[in-house]
Amino acid sequence: MAVSESEESRKRGVVAVVEPAGHKLPLSMAGPGAMGKTGYWRTQRPVVNTEKCTGCYLCWLYCPDNVIEMVPGKGPRGQDIPVIDYDYCKGCGVCAAVCPVKAIDMVDESKFLAKEKEEGDGNA
Amino acid sequence: MGMPKLLAMRGNEAVAYAAKYARVEVVAAYPITPQTIIVEKIDELISKGEMDAEMIHVESEHSALAATYGAAIGGVRAFTATSSHGLMYMYEVLWWTAGSRIPVVMAVVTRAMGPPWNIHVSHEDILATRDTGWLVSMAENNQEAFDLTLQMFRITEDPRVYLPGIVGLDGFILSHTVEPVELPDQETVDEFLPPRRQPYVMEPGEPKAMGNLVPDEYFEELRMDMQQSMENAVKVIREVGKEYAKYFGRDYSDLVECYKCSDADYIVAGTGSWMGDAKIAADKLREKGYRVGVMRLRWIRPFPWSDVREAAMSKRAVIVMDRSLSTGHAGPLFLELSSALEAKPSMIGVPAGIGGVDISYEDIERFTEKAIQLVEEHGRVYIPAMWYHLGKIFPTYPSSHVKLD
Amino acid sequence: MAVNIKKLPKKPYVMPGHAACPGCPESMGFKYLGMALGDKAVVVIPAGCSSVIQGLWPRQGFGLPILNIVFAAAASTASGLARALKRRGVDAQVVVWAGDGGTADIGFQALSAAAERGEDIIYICVDNEAYMNTGIQRSGLTPYGAWTTTTHTGKRQFKKPLPQIVAAHRVPYVATTSVGYPWDFIAKLKKAASIRGFKYIHLHAPCPVGWRFDPSLTAKIAQLAVETGAWILYEYENGKLRLNPPSNRLIDPEKRKPVEEYLKLQGRFRHLKPEDVEMIKKEIETNWEEITRALKIQGDL
Repeated sequence: MAVSESEESRKRGVVAVVEPAGHKLPLSMAGPGAMGKTGYWRTQRPVVNTEKCTGCYLCWLYCPDNVIEMVPGKGPRGQDIPVIDYDYCKGCGVCAAVCPVKAIDMVDESKFLAKEKEEGDGNA
Repeated sequence: MGMPKLLAMRGNEAVAYAAKYARVEVVAAYPITPQTIIVEKIDELISKGEMDAEMIHVESEHSALAATYGAAIGGVRAFTATSSHGLMYMYEVLWWTAGSRIPVVMAVVTRAMGPPWNIHVSHEDILATRDTGWLVSMAENNQEAFDLTLQMFRITEDPRVYLPGIVGLDGFILSHTVEPVELPDQETVDEFLPPRRQPYVMEPGEPKAMGNLVPDEYFEELRMDMQQSMENAVKVIREVGKEYAKYFGRDYSDLVECYKCSDADYIVAGTGSWMGDAKIAADKLREKGYRVGVMRLRWIRPFPWSDVREAAMSKRAVIVMDRSLSTGHAGPLFLELSSALEAKPSMIGVPAGIGGVDISYEDIERFTEKAIQLVEEHGRVYIPAMWYHLGKIFPTYPSSHVKLD
Repeated sequence: MAVNIKKLPKKPYVMPGHAACPGCPESMGFKYLGMALGDKAVVVIPAGCSSVIQGLWPRQGFGLPILNIVFAAAASTASGLARALKRRGVDAQVVVWAGDGGTADIGFQALSAAAERGEDIIYICVDNEAYMNTGIQRSGLTPYGAWTTTTHTGKRQFKKPLPQIVAAHRVPYVATTSVGYPWDFIAKLKKAASIRGFKYIHLHAPCPVGWRFDPSLTAKIAQLAVETGAWILYEYENGKLRLNPPSNRLIDPEKRKPVEEYLKLQGRFRHLKPEDVEMIKKEIETNWEEITRALKIQGDL
């Protein structure tokens, strides 16, 4: 049992005692993969050319799937660079389209699939 | 501790006072006859500083329940009231509230559904809530409207239940009629009604989602949990009803009120204010030598299955008064009682009083006597709809296996 | 309020692996919502794409508390929730995140009433210009000429001028914005959160599936809508209208890109006849005329 109350509500006596009591509830918690490994949806894979990348963060900003993480200082010129989570990237290509220096190439996913098959790794 | 005080008031005012005593924090409502006085009274109590609550003056009943639900899921006791078309306009929100497992209390002042426009009593509105997952109760008088409302907060907020609840009171017959109502003192109410409990609160912090998609299997399990909670509610209602007697002297531990049932051969069953008239009719019939009892359903949901069976299973006949009709079949209460009683007694359904047509105890006496005669003449009968209208019996669909006129 | 992109919160307000289609403007927009308001936000979402984007129990794809609600009831549910949290002394910002149908059509009555009551909420209309979740049906916010699955030869009516309609309720803050300009949206959200009372933000959200364009172009198309003048960025603060960049530089039609550049990228406009394009241009001109008239009355032009 938890009591959810603020200082003010305690003063006024307005408390909500929260007690799930073992019921099944229509509640979900935030977390990755609410629709599974959405990387499987991908037909095109964004590949970052770190040489060209200026670390401007636009790809990170616009990515609708939030699969881009900016890693500080890891670029060849010490710039922040994007790292893409291919487990979840749907390959929409928004990152490539917004990149002002064309540092992201969209590459046919089948190439990677073939390669991964060769290497005996089935993960797309 | 203060003393309770006896005041004369209309049923709607009694309900408004119950919301005040329950320390309701947010009320959202929309005007509809015959419910409106409840909201007017609450607004008055707030304006006078007698009730510390906020009124959300919404633009529709759909929004009334949605705003009430929004407040309740945000962690405060919330209340609304409606009637008839207003209740139907809320209909999808009824389901949403129950499915969310958020305790909310609502008064439904019963009224006919149009067209044509009719503001008078009928149970067409309230009985349409049977499948929604709300607890549904019906008051017989203004005191009970007050008492049920107060209890409903405690019952719905019981962790074994966590379902919203409706208190029904008959339009005009109770809503606009002055009766003596005993109001308790606040301290006693505070002892009886603990701080609000609910299964979760929507507030900043934990990034949870209420109501996003679930696998169908889990959806069904959520419904199973609701059904289990309804079963729990039977127990909780009894406990709370008994406790209520301790604090306020009136016992509500029975989901079904039985009047002279034990020695009765014939049971008149139904719900709402007209069951008071049914009791007078029973006495009159007893004077004529028929052993008649009255079984009043105080609760429609959870359906008082075992109480009903205990009270009426072994009787010769059950005559069900229905102020509503599932058009194309029979009265909803007739269908439910026939099922609960496995139609072992003779079952006679009497749709009557629909749209506010006045039904006196003499009317009830008349159709009950007719039903008794049919049983005496034919032995076991099963008559879904023996419509009683202006002193006459009207055979109607589904056709009866015995001739009714 | 200038927005430094690199200093925006890194906390995920949209979770990888949610259920949105590739290139979805709604999940894009939701990120900015989280970045702007942070963990104080509680979001009420009526039926629509964003109900589905959350994905499947036991997970959900948004990094904020979400209260899903029936289609017509977002503004009223948010009203009740905001009142309750305030009464409990909880520091929260209740936000409605609704689609164009949920706002301009089925949810309009509740929206108008909440605005009239001055409820302390931020209402965001995520406008992808049709009922996308049910499969691209026409809404009151579908623009003239657009193909949908219920306007096979193109819609013959104009888009409801919703921001102006809400502004006519004399609420303290109304703004338009676009997923193509996250900094604009974030700044407006922050401003809205600082104002008490009813705030309305209309977010233009180009949908690759419904508008028939390549999913990589979501942000680009959103920007083209603004650059061509088809979508105008402005805000009403206590009734005072202000154009925001880049729209403030586009009053002169000469400065705008030709609208054809915006239309030609979208399959939903493929069937347009020259006279349809003229009608669209006329609609754009009408919108701009209204804006400039208001600015002149204010003495700002």
